[in-house]
Amino acid sequence: MKVTNCYHCGDSCERQLISFDEKSFCCTGCKTVYEIFSSNDLSHYYELQGAAGTTPKAIEGKYDFLDNEEIISKLTEFNDGNIQIINLYIPTIHCSSCIWILENLNKLNNHITNSQVDFPKKTIRITYKQEDFSLKDLVLLLAKIGYEPYISLEDFEGKKKVADRSLIYKLGVAGFAFGNVMFLSFPEYFDLGSSAASGGEYWLNKYQDLFRWMMFLFSLPVVFYAGWDYFVSAYKGLRAKLLNIDVPIALGILVLFLRSTFDIAFDLGSGFFDSLTGLVFFLLLGKFFQQRTYSFLSFERDYKSYFPIAITRLNTSGKEETVPVQEIVKGDRILIRNEEMIPVDGTLVYGNAQIDYSFVSGESEPVLKETGEQIFAGGKQLNGVIEMIALKSVSQSYLTQLWGNAVFKTDKANSFQNLTDSIGKRFTIAVLSIAFTATIFWLFYDPSKAMNVFTAVLIIACPCAIALASPFTLGNMLRIFGKKKFYIKNTQTIEQLAKIDTAIFDKTGTITTTQKSTAHYEGMPLTPEEESILKNTIRASNHPLSRSLYDLLKEQNIITLDEYEEHVGKGLESSKNDISMKIGSANFVGKTNTDNVLDTSIYISSNNDYKGRYVFQNQYREGLSAVFKNMSETLNLAILSGDNEGEKERLETLLPKLTPLYFNQKPETKLEFIKSLQDQGKKVLMVGDGLNDAGALAQSNVGIAISENINVFSPACDAILDATKFQQLYSYILASKKAIRIIKMSFMLSLLYNCVGLYFAVTGQLEPVIAAILMPLSSISIVIFTTIMTNFIGRKLP
Amino acid sequence: MSVIYVLLAISLVVAIIFFIAFIVSVKQGQYDDSYTPSVRMLFEDELVKPKKTTTEEFKQEKNQLNKQV
Repeated sequence: MKVTNCYHCGDSCERQLISFDEKSFCCTGCKTVYEIFSSNDLSHYYELQGAAGTTPKAIEGKYDFLDNEEIISKLTEFNDGNIQIINLYIPTIHCSSCIWILENLNKLNNHITNSQVDFPKKTIRITYKQEDFSLKDLVLLLAKIGYEPYISLEDFEGKKKVADRSLIYKLGVAGFAFGNVMFLSFPEYFDLGSSAASGGEYWLNKYQDLFRWMMFLFSLPVVFYAGWDYFVSAYKGLRAKLLNIDVPIALGILVLFLRSTFDIAFDLGSGFFDSLTGLVFFLLLGKFFQQRTYSFLSFERDYKSYFPIAITRLNTSGKEETVPVQEIVKGDRILIRNEEMIPVDGTLVYGNAQIDYSFVSGESEPVLKETGEQIFAGGKQLNGVIEMIALKSVSQSYLTQLWGNAVFKTDKANSFQNLTDSIGKRFTIAVLSIAFTATIFWLFYDPSKAMNVFTAVLIIACPCAIALASPFTLGNMLRIFGKKKFYIKNTQTIEQLAKIDTAIFDKTGTITTTQKSTAHYEGMPLTPEEESILKNTIRASNHPLSRSLYDLLKEQNIITLDEYEEHVGKGLESSKNDISMKIGSANFVGKTNTDNVLDTSIYISSNNDYKGRYVFQNQYREGLSAVFKNMSETLNLAILSGDNEGEKERLETLLPKLTPLYFNQKPETKLEFIKSLQDQGKKVLMVGDGLNDAGALAQSNVGIAISENINVFSPACDAILDATKFQQLYSYILASKKAIRIIKMSFMLSLLYNCVGLYFAVTGQLEPVIAAILMPLSSISIVIFTTIMTNFIGRKLP
Repeated sequence: MSVIYVLLAISLVVAIIFFIAFIVSVKQGQYDDSYTPSVRMLFEDELVKPKKTTTEEFKQEKNQLNKQV
C-alpha cells in the first residue's frame, strides 16, 4: 500500500488525509502552517528541506502568564518600553529550513525587527517592537508555525548566564606572546656563540639587550595573566596539603621566569622566554581541548526546567488569575489546563484527570484519577481542564523535596582526585629530590654552577607533557563518544567510568522502551466483523494505548461506524449493524473481577458480553540479556525499580541468574541504596531516565541518563546515552578503561623525555635552545600519540 | 642601523592591532556560534526569488547537516 506522507511534517497521513493546494497533510495543524507560509511567500521553506515542519500543538490559554509584566521583565534580555529583546529556547529546531524560516520571522509579522538563530544551542534571539505586540503574541506566533518555545521556571529564576570566555582570552594572549617571543629569539638561535667578547656579529650584539627585554615584556602577561590559574591552583592544593600536578607546573613557570629575568639582567644568557611562553600556550591548549561542551544538552537540570513559570489560580470569588508558581500556598485552588504540568501535590476536586507521569517515573501510561484522589507534582494533565487544591507549596512537594538533599549541593568534581593529580604528588617529590641532590653535588664540585643546575632541573622537569596527556586523550574520547551518541559531561566522568565496579539500573524507561508495542490477546476469539469494528473504532482515538494497539492489529478495510462515542478516561463505544462494542477499562466494559491488576490492558466486550483483553507488556530494550550477561562478568549488577513486582518473573528469565531485583523503590530509597553501596567502597554507576532517578544519579559516581530523544530533557546526570546505543553501554565502559591505559602509556613516554632533559640539566649543560626544542617536541609527540591511539579505540567502537 | 627601531615598532604595532581585533571579536561573541553562520550565508536573496535550481544544493547541505547533528 502506498503511504502518503504529510507535505509539512512528513508523518504518514494514514489516519486522516487533508488535501489542500494539491498537497496532502496529516492534520489541520500542518495545513494551517502551510497556509501561513505560502500566503507570506515563505514556501521556500519546503524547498530547502522536504517535510521539515513540526505539527503545531494546541496551546490555548497556556501562555496567559506572559501578560504579566513582572514575568515579561524577568524573561526579556532588553526592555526599554518600546523595543524588547528575548532569547528563546526552541527544542524543535533541527535543520536548515528551521534556521531559514525563523530568521525570516519579520516577513510574518512586521513588529519583529530581527531574529537570529543559534543552531547548536537551539535558541533564537528576537528583537521586536512592543507597540501593539507583546511577548505573548510572539510566542503564540512561534507556536502557530510549529516552533513552540520552551519557557520554564529555570528561565524565570536563573540569572542571565554570561559566557565564560576567559580561557580563549588567555589562550590568545599566550599564543600571541609565544609567536612574538619565538620571533625575537631567532637571532639567538642562529648565532649562539656571538657575544661581544668573542667578537660576534656586530649588530646582533648591539641590539641584543633590546630583543631580550622585549621578550621579557611579552612574557609578563603570560606569567601574570595567562598562567595565573596554575599559581592559584597550586596554592590551593598546597593549602589543602595536596601535591597536585599544578604544583610542579607553577614551580616550573616561576623558575623559568625568574631564571630568565636574572640571566638577561646580568647578561648571562638569553633566558628561556621562548620555552616559558610555549609551555603556557601548550598547557592552555590542552585545557581548551578538554573543555568540550554539548551546548544543546544540559547536564544540570533539576525540577525547575520542567516546571511552568506561572499557573492559573482561582481566587475566592471564582475569578482566574495568573500567579508565579512559587506563590502557591497550601489551600489554593488551581486550574490545570490540557497539556499543563501539575506544579504541586494536591487533591483533585474537579474534572477528569488523566495524568502522564513520564517525567517523573519514565512510565508512559497515563494514570486516571477521580475527584478526591491525590495527584502529585510533576505529572502532566492530558485530558481537558481539571481543578485541584494545593496541599503543599512547590518546594515541599513529594518530587521537589528530593532536591533539598545535600547530594545536589556537592560538586562531584571536587571530591575526586584524577589520575594526573595522583601522579603529580610522586612526580613533585622525585623532581625536588633530584634537584636538591644535584645542587648539593655541584656545591662541592663547582659552586658557581650549583644554582644553574638547580633551576635547570626544575625547568626541564616541568611536567608539560604529563599535564597534556590526560586532556588530549580524554578530550578526544569525549568527542568520539559524542559521535556515538554517548554524551559525557566532562573528561573526569570518563576517568570515573573506568573505575566502576557496580552498575545499578532503573527499570521503566531505562531497560524498557517507552513505547508499549507488544500486546497479546487473552479471551474468546473475535469474529472478523468484530475485529474490523475494533480496528475502526480505535482508529479515531488519540489515546496512546489505542494508537499502540492500532499499529499492532492487522490491516482492515476502512468502514463507517454507525455510532461512535469516546468516554473520556473510560473507553470507546461504537456500533455497526447489529454489533455494538465497548473497548476500554475493565469497569467500562462490565468486567468486574479483574484477575491481574498489575498489568496494563484494554478490555473488549461485544453486545455487553465480555470477550477478552489485550495485555500490554513492557518491551525490554533489544539486546538487554546480552548487555547484562557481558556486564555481569566484571561488574555487580542490580535493578532498582519504582514499579510494582508485575514484571518480576519475566525479568528473572531475561537477566543473569541472581541479579538482585528491588521493586517499589522511592526516589529517596534509591539514593540511600547507592549511598550504602558507596559506603562499602563500591564505585557505582547508575543508569536511569526519569526525575525519580535524579537523586540516585547525583549520588552515584557516574550517573547516566538514557534518553529516547536527546532533545527532550533528561534529569541532572554525568552523561546522556541515546537509547538506540543501549547495547553498546558496556563497550563504552571498556573503551574508557582503554583510554586510561593510553594516559598511563603517555606518562611513561613523557617521563622518558624528562630523563633526557634531566641528563642535560644535572650535568649543567642545559642551553636555552635545548629547552626550546625539547619542550615542544615532548608536548607535540604526546598530543600525536594520544590522538592516534584514541582514534584507534574509536574506530573499533560500534 | 637605527632603522631597526622603526621596523620593530611597526611590527609590534601590526601584531598588537591583530591581537586587539581578536580580543574584540571574542568579546562580541563571534566565536560563540560557529555553525549557524555557515548555513545562513547560503540563504541570501532566496526570499526575493525562490529558485528551483538551488533546491538540489540545499538537499546536499541538509544531508551534511543531518550527519553532523
